[in-house]
Amino acid sequence: MKPKFPIYGYLAEFHDGAELLAAAKSSRAAGYTVMEAYTPVPMEEVAHTLGFRTSLPWIVLAGGVLGACVGFGLQYWTSVIDYPMNIGGRPMNSWPSFIVVTFEMTILFAAASAVLGMLWLNGLPQPYHPVFNVPAFELASRNRFFLMILSRDPQFDMAGTKSFMDGLGGLSVKEVPH
Amino acid sequence: MSSAKPTGAASGAPVIGPGHSLASVTDQISKIVLSRQTPTGWFIGLGVAMLGVGVLITAIGWLLWWGLGVWGINQPVGWGFAIINFVWWIGIGHAGTLISAILLLLKQEWRTSINRFAEAMTLFAVMCAGVFPLLHVGRPWLAYWLLPYPNTMGMWPQFRSPLLWDVFAVSTYATVSALFWYVGLIPDLATLRDRAKSLVWKRIYGALALGWRGAARHWERYETAYGLLAGLATPLVVSVHTVVSFDFAVSVIPGWHATIMPPYFVAGAIFSGFAMVLTLAIPIRRIFGLEDFITMKHLDNMAKVILATGMIVCYGYAMEAFFAWYSGSPYERYMIVNRMLGPYGWSYWALITCNLLVPQLLWSSAVRRNIAALFAIAIVVNVGMWLERFVIVVTSLHRDYLPSSWGMYYPTVWDWALYIGTIGLFFFLLFLFIRFLPMISIFEMRTLVPATGEEPPKKGLHIAASAGPSGEARRP
Repeated sequence: MKPKFPIYGYLAEFHDGAELLAAAKSSRAAGYTVMEAYTPVPMEEVAHTLGFRTSLPWIVLAGGVLGACVGFGLQYWTSVIDYPMNIGGRPMNSWPSFIVVTFEMTILFAAASAVLGMLWLNGLPQPYHPVFNVPAFELASRNRFFLMILSRDPQFDMAGTKSFMDGLGGLSVKEVPH
Repeated sequence: MSSAKPTGAASGAPVIGPGHSLASVTDQISKIVLSRQTPTGWFIGLGVAMLGVGVLITAIGWLLWWGLGVWGINQPVGWGFAIINFVWWIGIGHAGTLISAILLLLKQEWRTSINRFAEAMTLFAVMCAGVFPLLHVGRPWLAYWLLPYPNTMGMWPQFRSPLLWDVFAVSTYATVSALFWYVGLIPDLATLRDRAKSLVWKRIYGALALGWRGAARHWERYETAYGLLAGLATPLVVSVHTVVSFDFAVSVIPGWHATIMPPYFVAGAIFSGFAMVLTLAIPIRRIFGLEDFITMKHLDNMAKVILATGMIVCYGYAMEAFFAWYSGSPYERYMIVNRMLGPYGWSYWALITCNLLVPQLLWSSAVRRNIAALFAIAIVVNVGMWLERFVIVVTSLHRDYLPSSWGMYYPTVWDWALYIGTIGLFFFLLFLFIRFLPMISIFEMRTLVPATGEEPPKKGLHIAASAGPSGEARRP
């Protein structure tokens, strides 16, 4: 698909987190919806201002339930069906002795789902992203805060968005090439 | 570390030195890794640790060539150094998870500067621990038989055995610790990618950072994942040493068959782990000038944790003695008397001195403020916890039910070589870690300072200058 605009978006740089948050709020108020913010520290309020909630906890829950089923199922199938062995006269399905491994498998699957789910939802690993083309962006991992309005935004236009972002009070507004 | 609160530094006790900003924290920690000048002490330390690794390889090679007979184990003491050292190392690892997971959930901000290297310590300690049971199985090249996989023998592992539970507990613990550690590193790897000057290191850190760019949506999912991992690691860490204690408690051996074992093992693990964190933190903060980040507040808190968990461990000792008497079982009663006054009595009293008496000094705030004393006490606790495992394993086994089956256990030079070798491996990995990865979590330290882009006034100015005021100078 040929992009509609010659750039990926505009990137505004801010001196501190409060300025970024205010800018995100006013951009949202101005009707922009396709935005992203970049911060050196996690800032929950910014993500929420951008209208974002994550569904990751459900993936982790599903992973944990799956792990429990796999863990218990493995022990049940091997100890009761495939290789039954009488140990001290206990019933074949001696479930209390299966608790530990079931528990460990629950944790293992849930933890793996948390990590892999986070990476997958975030689209990582992703070696290239247009925002890396802006030289100043390397300070996003040090002490600068950035707000980007993407050219995919329905309300985006080259001149209007630029002048809107200039008015947000940041240090600079840069074009992000594709 | 939920969000960037500008009040972080100001709220109460100093968990970070005054005058720090986002930029100064980032520069000071990443400088340790990115600097081209490696302290001479690092090379000396790495060299000594490599000697230890050489000892480890030799000890393993000798064992594989001759078999388990080179160790001092025999009937009746079939669980010698291998199990003692396994439990000791696993216990040390537990403090790392406790600091990174439990203290995170309890919102203890002071954990922030010590969690990264405590997690690394966990990972390396678990690796060292894993060496012992794998070699102790006798034919290590068949150790994969421990895992449930469909095989031509038509057999499955025995899931009713605590030894198999251990396989699952320890391997899950190792995996989750590694995941937790790596996830914690991702934003810092991105920071190093953006700060590194040489293209090679930019590429290496860039690949490891997976393209992290600090997007708000990414942070949101990241924080969720990190919090959930902490929540999952918390019951896990408690379960691991509980399961390790089941190896003992489920067997019908006087001195092992006791319900006190799981809580007493978990407390002992935290006790020894914090002692190891102190043992490492005290020299590291000095050598790398990190007194602003690992403050006296941290040392004081860790000393208090050692004191508290030490008291729980001593309660365990008291209960062991009480139940041996109260059970009325002649074997249990004989076991405790033999433990205190028998041929290994010296080890019991050395253990009481190290774990009960010496840590009482930590009641005094003057001792907790004295770094040399803290370091000495931490070493004593490390020794004491090793002795505890020695006492539990050896004194219970060496007097079997029938006097005709009694015996003594003497570790051989190869037992010692393997043990010293794993200490070498531990420090070898630790030295590599502190040189090539940030030993303090940079992004979490940033959450402790006001979220503004102030440049540091003096310290780190040359770094800011070389980056250019907004970084344009460095990226084509």
